[in-house]
Amino acid sequence: MRKRFLAAAAALLLGGSFTSGASAADKLKVGFIYLGPVGDLGWTYQHELARQALVKEFGDKIETTFLENVPEGPDAERAIEQLVRAGNKLIFTTSFGYMDPTLKVAKKYPNVHFEHCSGYKRDKNMSTYSARWYQGRYIQGQIAAKMSKAGVLGYIGSFPIPEVVSGINSTMIGAQTINPNIKVKIIWVNSWFDPGKEADAAKALLDQGADIIMQHTDSPAPMQVASERGKFAFGQDSEMIKFGPKAQLTSILDTWAPYYIARVKAEMTGTWKEEDTWGGLDSKMFAMAPYTNMPDEVKKMAEDTQAALAAGKLQPFKCPIVDQDGKTVPCEGGDHLADGQVLGMKFYVKGIDDKIPGGK
Amino acid sequence: MELVEAIILSVLAASTPLLIAATGELVTERAGVLNLGVEGMMIVGAACGFGGAWLSGSTIIGALCGIIAGMLLSLVFAMMTLGLAVNQVASGLALTILGIGLSGLIGAGFVGERITPAPHLHIPGLTDIPLIGRILFGEDPFIYLSLALVVAVWGFLYRTRPGLVLRACGDNHVSAHALGYPVLRIRTLAVMFGGACAGLAGAYLPLAYTPFFIPGMTAGRGWIALALVVFASWLPGRLVIGAYLFGAVTILQLHAQGAGVGIPSQFMSALPYLATVIVLVLISRARTGGSTAPAALGTVFVPDR
Amino acid sequence: MQLVLEKRAERSNTIALVSPLIAIGLTVVTMSILFAILGKNPVSALIVYFIDPLTDAYSLQEIAVKASPLVMIAIGLSLCYLANAWNIGAEGQFLIGAVAGSWLAVKTQGTDAGLWVLPAMLLLGAAAGALYALIPAICKVRFGASEILTSLMLVYVADLLLDYLVRGPWRDPAGFNFPTTAEFDPVATVPVLIEGGRLHLGAVITLLVVAAAAVLLGRTIKGFEIRVVGAAPRAARFGGFNANQLTLLTFAVSGALAGLAGIIEVAGPVGHLQPGISPGYGFTAIIVAFLGRLNPIGILIAGLFLALTFIGGEQAQIAMKIPLDVTKVFQGILLFYVLACDSLILYRFRLIFASRQVSSGTG
Repeated sequence: MRKRFLAAAAALLLGGSFTSGASAADKLKVGFIYLGPVGDLGWTYQHELARQALVKEFGDKIETTFLENVPEGPDAERAIEQLVRAGNKLIFTTSFGYMDPTLKVAKKYPNVHFEHCSGYKRDKNMSTYSARWYQGRYIQGQIAAKMSKAGVLGYIGSFPIPEVVSGINSTMIGAQTINPNIKVKIIWVNSWFDPGKEADAAKALLDQGADIIMQHTDSPAPMQVASERGKFAFGQDSEMIKFGPKAQLTSILDTWAPYYIARVKAEMTGTWKEEDTWGGLDSKMFAMAPYTNMPDEVKKMAEDTQAALAAGKLQPFKCPIVDQDGKTVPCEGGDHLADGQVLGMKFYVKGIDDKIPGGK
Repeated sequence: MELVEAIILSVLAASTPLLIAATGELVTERAGVLNLGVEGMMIVGAACGFGGAWLSGSTIIGALCGIIAGMLLSLVFAMMTLGLAVNQVASGLALTILGIGLSGLIGAGFVGERITPAPHLHIPGLTDIPLIGRILFGEDPFIYLSLALVVAVWGFLYRTRPGLVLRACGDNHVSAHALGYPVLRIRTLAVMFGGACAGLAGAYLPLAYTPFFIPGMTAGRGWIALALVVFASWLPGRLVIGAYLFGAVTILQLHAQGAGVGIPSQFMSALPYLATVIVLVLISRARTGGSTAPAALGTVFVPDR
Repeated sequence: MQLVLEKRAERSNTIALVSPLIAIGLTVVTMSILFAILGKNPVSALIVYFIDPLTDAYSLQEIAVKASPLVMIAIGLSLCYLANAWNIGAEGQFLIGAVAGSWLAVKTQGTDAGLWVLPAMLLLGAAAGALYALIPAICKVRFGASEILTSLMLVYVADLLLDYLVRGPWRDPAGFNFPTTAEFDPVATVPVLIEGGRLHLGAVITLLVVAAAAVLLGRTIKGFEIRVVGAAPRAARFGGFNANQLTLLTFAVSGALAGLAGIIEVAGPVGHLQPGISPGYGFTAIIVAFLGRLNPIGILIAGLFLALTFIGGEQAQIAMKIPLDVTKVFQGILLFYVLACDSLILYRFRLIFASRQVSSGTG
């Protein structure tokens, strides 16, 4: 008896999901899940710009929808499923924390395609995409070493995850090519987004003698502090020159539009398949904002480095890589560290006089 | 020594929004009303303050917009809890939700814009004195205003008759009413003062601290202001100490990290909160006869005619 | 002329039934105006918010999933509030419960531990939540430290502890260093009730908790004690009830329920421990407790209703591109109207004319 009741209830509950997906639509529906508000000026804003670029590119051949401010907790799975049920056939989930929820929904709806940003789990209908921002940080490291009079860089970190740690390492490797004795001071603010605290961290770094501010958090507050103090800084995610016209040296810009357009095209022509895209400067997954507020020779150096990185002639993590304890890191990727080693990076390179919080 | 000066400057700036909001909440609570919606009033104050300053080009008009916005929102709270005798805790939380939503709607129009931050005081000669010059004579106007506000509130509460009446309403509304004081009107004014301060504190963030508006930029400071009031055991003088202490711990833990002190950053971030709990226990313990909270705090009062 | 409140001789049962309807009516009017200002069709917007989620089985299921932790936490909080103990740190107790239960899941990962794992996790979660809630309760009873403040402060501490654990010691070794534990083993996962859906055993446990609370408050001496201590502390003292003991007890129970909700959420819908497991459940539950008038059945209805506005808000974003901020404003206004109308159960409005106000001193 009980079993039959449950079966009947199951049929009733699942019934909805079969009918609603079938609404006749000749437009391709594309959905987005955003972590922040669309007006955060940083991470989510750049995804939103790319969505708008999609609309511009395809016009009324597609229909886009987004859900903003979706927390990376139990609500994420529901939000993604809501987009599926609203008829979206291609769904971009734009933060690491959506990885497992995306995977769960993907398994449930094999006919819908999912694109998850910055994770590592994939499935037949779930791709991942991310960018090799560490390449940009290498350029920034070189510029910073050239521009710093004190030889001390100030680095504002969000959380000590591999993406941020590899960014710090790449910065230092780049900086050491210019000034082998360069120093870096690191402050973790334990938040991606807290303008007040980011500003405080920037002030603390400047007060302690750093004269270049680098950030791996999302608000333009550190840029503004550097600007007020007449120091230099690098932007993050988006163009921040407005907040520091005399301060911004360059900025790593998230440029998702080309990738999004390519994926939507693939979906339309039926050629979409599961892929792992980790694009660098060559594939335009990110771009460098114009090199400003620096002498021409530094600008020239930055452009040359950028060209070499894009052409694959230069690898930031070229072996041998020595960690801060003086041990040489095993070289698993030929002449440079393997992607897996970068994606899971949990050590500082030689020359960083600090410890990763929570690490050994 | 210059580092000390720099740290003090940062601490003063970081503490000021906390101090302003907490001063307002202290008056509200002294009148016997617990408004947990400080965060909501602050973020609306931030949105309106920035909007006003951006449209008019004037920091003062921005600050006024923030004050008015905070006051209007607190009026909603007053209508609910004083006019309709609704539970204050629930109303305060609802006010926070409403405030966050409203600030997003109001702020949507000027996200990504920037304004000139409030100017800092500069008195030739005085401001240039080494070490103390900038601390004493080179701050932004809000910092002086916040201290003046605390002094004014202290003077009002302890040196004037209306202040005495306000405290009486917070300690025993039945007696205050029996003595013929309009308890609800006094409380409404106290709530509005709290709202005005919260709005100003919120406006401080985009007007002086980080001169742009982004949704959610108050990042929990309203809750800390609430904590400060209790930490200060409802005394304006202690509020100053508490606010600067809290600001100091926040700034110093950033400096400790920059200097390479290897404590997990989560533990350092947790420090101010643990410190508040411990200090509160110590204060409460030292005082015989329980806490010094206004006796009628958070209770509903409906005048019996 | 002045509008004042006057206490009713006894609570009005008619208004108790009608007031939510008035509140919803007022919300509908207010929101219609807001929608019109924003250039959205008010009728279709309201249908998307209120009606659509109720018309398909999937949304109903999601409402239950969302409401389940809210109701469970709110039930515990209602006991506290009835006894005049102000626990506003349920968010922290939720997180600590999740952490404690997850500890077992992480330790038994990959071993062939049996079916005892999940029940043990739930017990651990509840116990840890209770202990964590006892900290502010003891500070209150022993030292007179305000429990409102201490319980709130401990929320941040719990949040940072969880953050430290998943970024440090408990990190998934195969997870590229990202801040999450590995997915829990099947024996450490709360089973779903219906294959393919998200409705899980936690919803059943929540219903049991609601029933237990109803019995406790309505039919036991302890329940009577709780209500007397809250409503008439002096009378309670004369009656020999120990208010301090009740503070400890209600804090422990509400902490246990919050902790239980935490570990169920982690072992159920989320499936692993990570930062951000709670979208503010502990705070939203406070509102649910009051919307439900601190009554178990009322809380159940209020929890479901609030969950409806979350689901409806998402569908409004999808179907009508209504920004999330509008949903927040909508929730805020709705809460205010419901709370305001509930006030009519105990009070009635009276219009006072100026002439009478002068003489009110004699009243």
